[in-house]
Amino acid sequence: MTKEDCKKVVLEIIGEIAPDENLDNVKPNVRLRDQLDLDSMDFLDIVMELRKKYGINVPEADYIKLASLDSCAEYLTPLFNRPKTA
Amino acid sequence: MQRARVVITGIGLTSPNGDNLSSFRSNLLAGVSGVEFMEHRYIGKVPAGICHFDALKYQGRKDIRNGTRAGSISIYCSHEAVADCGVDWAGVDKSRVGVYIGFTEHGSVETEYEVFNISQFNYDVRCWTHHHNPRTVANNPAGEVTMNMKITGPHYCIGAACAAGNNGVIQGVQMLQLGEVDFALAGGVSESIRSFGIFAGFKSQGALAENADPTKASRPFDKARNGIVVSEGGCIYTLERLDDATRRGAKIYGEVVGYCMNSDATDAVLPNPVRQAECMRAALKMSGIAADDVDIVSTHATGTPAGDAQECKALREVFGASKNTRINNTKSFIGHAMGAAGALELAGNLPSFVDGMIHPTINIDEIDPECAMEQLVINKTQRLPRAETILNNSFGMLGINSCLIVKKIA
Repeated sequence: MTKEDCKKVVLEIIGEIAPDENLDNVKPNVRLRDQLDLDSMDFLDIVMELRKKYGINVPEADYIKLASLDSCAEYLTPLFNRPKTA
Repeated sequence: MQRARVVITGIGLTSPNGDNLSSFRSNLLAGVSGVEFMEHRYIGKVPAGICHFDALKYQGRKDIRNGTRAGSISIYCSHEAVADCGVDWAGVDKSRVGVYIGFTEHGSVETEYEVFNISQFNYDVRCWTHHHNPRTVANNPAGEVTMNMKITGPHYCIGAACAAGNNGVIQGVQMLQLGEVDFALAGGVSESIRSFGIFAGFKSQGALAENADPTKASRPFDKARNGIVVSEGGCIYTLERLDDATRRGAKIYGEVVGYCMNSDATDAVLPNPVRQAECMRAALKMSGIAADDVDIVSTHATGTPAGDAQECKALREVFGASKNTRINNTKSFIGHAMGAAGALELAGNLPSFVDGMIHPTINIDEIDPECAMEQLVINKTQRLPRAETILNNSFGMLGINSCLIVKKIA
C-alpha cells in the first residue's frame, strides 16, 4: 500500500463515520479537526474501524499521529504493509 | 391542594401506520393496520410494527449513526410536537423546558448489537464500541432531544414497562404543576423491535403473536388471539399550563384532568384486575367525573389470552353500567408500541373531540366471551353519542398500572 492509498482508506473510514462531511477537498497537511466537524469520539471511531477492518491497533499514545491525512499516511502505511502474522 | 390546570397543545408522533396525527387518525378511522413482517437476527420472520418516518428531517447522518433509534424517534416526535403547538420556539426560555420520556426498557437493542458485533471478531472486547455507554444510559432518548433542540432544562426518562407512555405524560403534568418548568415535552417511545430478546422473551412466555397475515396478528379480544405484536413508535406531547396556553392563544387538544399510577404487588407478568379497577377509579375521582361521563375508554389490551380477559374484568367493574361509554383498542392496528403505547393510543383518540368519531378495535372475527362488552366498538368506526372525555389505560410488567383522563376544553 502506498501513502496515497492509505489516505484513501482513511478518507473512506471518515466518510462512514461522518457521512454528511464533504471530503472532496480535504487538505492532507492540515489537521482533520481543523477542516472537518470531527470530535474525540469520531477519532475513536477511526481507531475502531482500523482495528476491525484492517487489524491495526493504534495505541492511545499514538492517536496524535492521526491528526492529518499526511500524518496518518506516515504512521499507518508501514502498519498496513507489515507482514501479516498467522 | 389547588393544582394548575395542564393542557395538551401539540402532538408529534410516529407509529407503524402514520408519521403524524392526521395520517395516524385517518388510518385508524379507515381500519388500516400498520403491522408487517420483519426479519430478525436469530428469530427469523416475525410480525412487527415498524415506523417509516424520515429521521433525516431533524438529524444529520452522523448523529443518527452515533445515537439510538429511541433517540431518533424522540427527536422526530419532539420537533413535530413543537411545530404543531405553534409556539415561537426561538423565543422560548429553554432552561424552563423539561423533557420527560417514558420507555419500557432501554439498552437491550444496543447491547445485543454489540455482543453480535464482537462475535464477528472472536469476542475481542477491544471491538466493543465507545458509543455503548452514552447510547445505553437510562436518560438516552430524552438527553438526545435536549442536545438536538438545545434545551437546557431538566431531562430524564421514566422506566415504567408498558405503562410508560402515560407515565411520561403524568410526569410532565406534575412538573408543570410544581412550577419546575414552564413547558414540557412528555410522552413515550419504543425502539424494542430491534431487540431480538424482546421477541424471544415473549415467545418463550407463549405471548408472541403469530399469524400468516401480519395485519391480522394483533387481535385483542378476539377468541383466536395468540399474543403480542411488538412495535416501535413514539408520541411526544407539548404540555403547558392552561393560563400560559390561553395567553398565547394556543390550540388546545384537551386538558389532563386526572390520572393514577398504582401497583399490583402480585405477579411479574399476570395483571391484576382489582388493582387496574382501583387505578381507573382513582383517576376518575381525581377528575371529579363519573364513569358514565367517560366517552372513550382506550384499552391497554395487548392480545394475550390472559391479559385481555383480566382488563375486561376491570372494565366491567368500573364501566359495566356506563351506557354512554364506548371502548376501543389501538394495538389491534399498530401492535404493542411498548413504552410509546399509552401516549400513542391517547393521541389516536384525541381527534374524536373534533370529529366526533371513535375508531374500533379491529381483527375481531369472533369475540372471546370473556372479553365481550356491550360498549366495545368492533371492526367498524362509529359516531360517538358524545365526545368530551377519554380515559386511557396503560399497564405493564411487574404490576404497574397507569390511567390518564383527558377532557375536551369547552
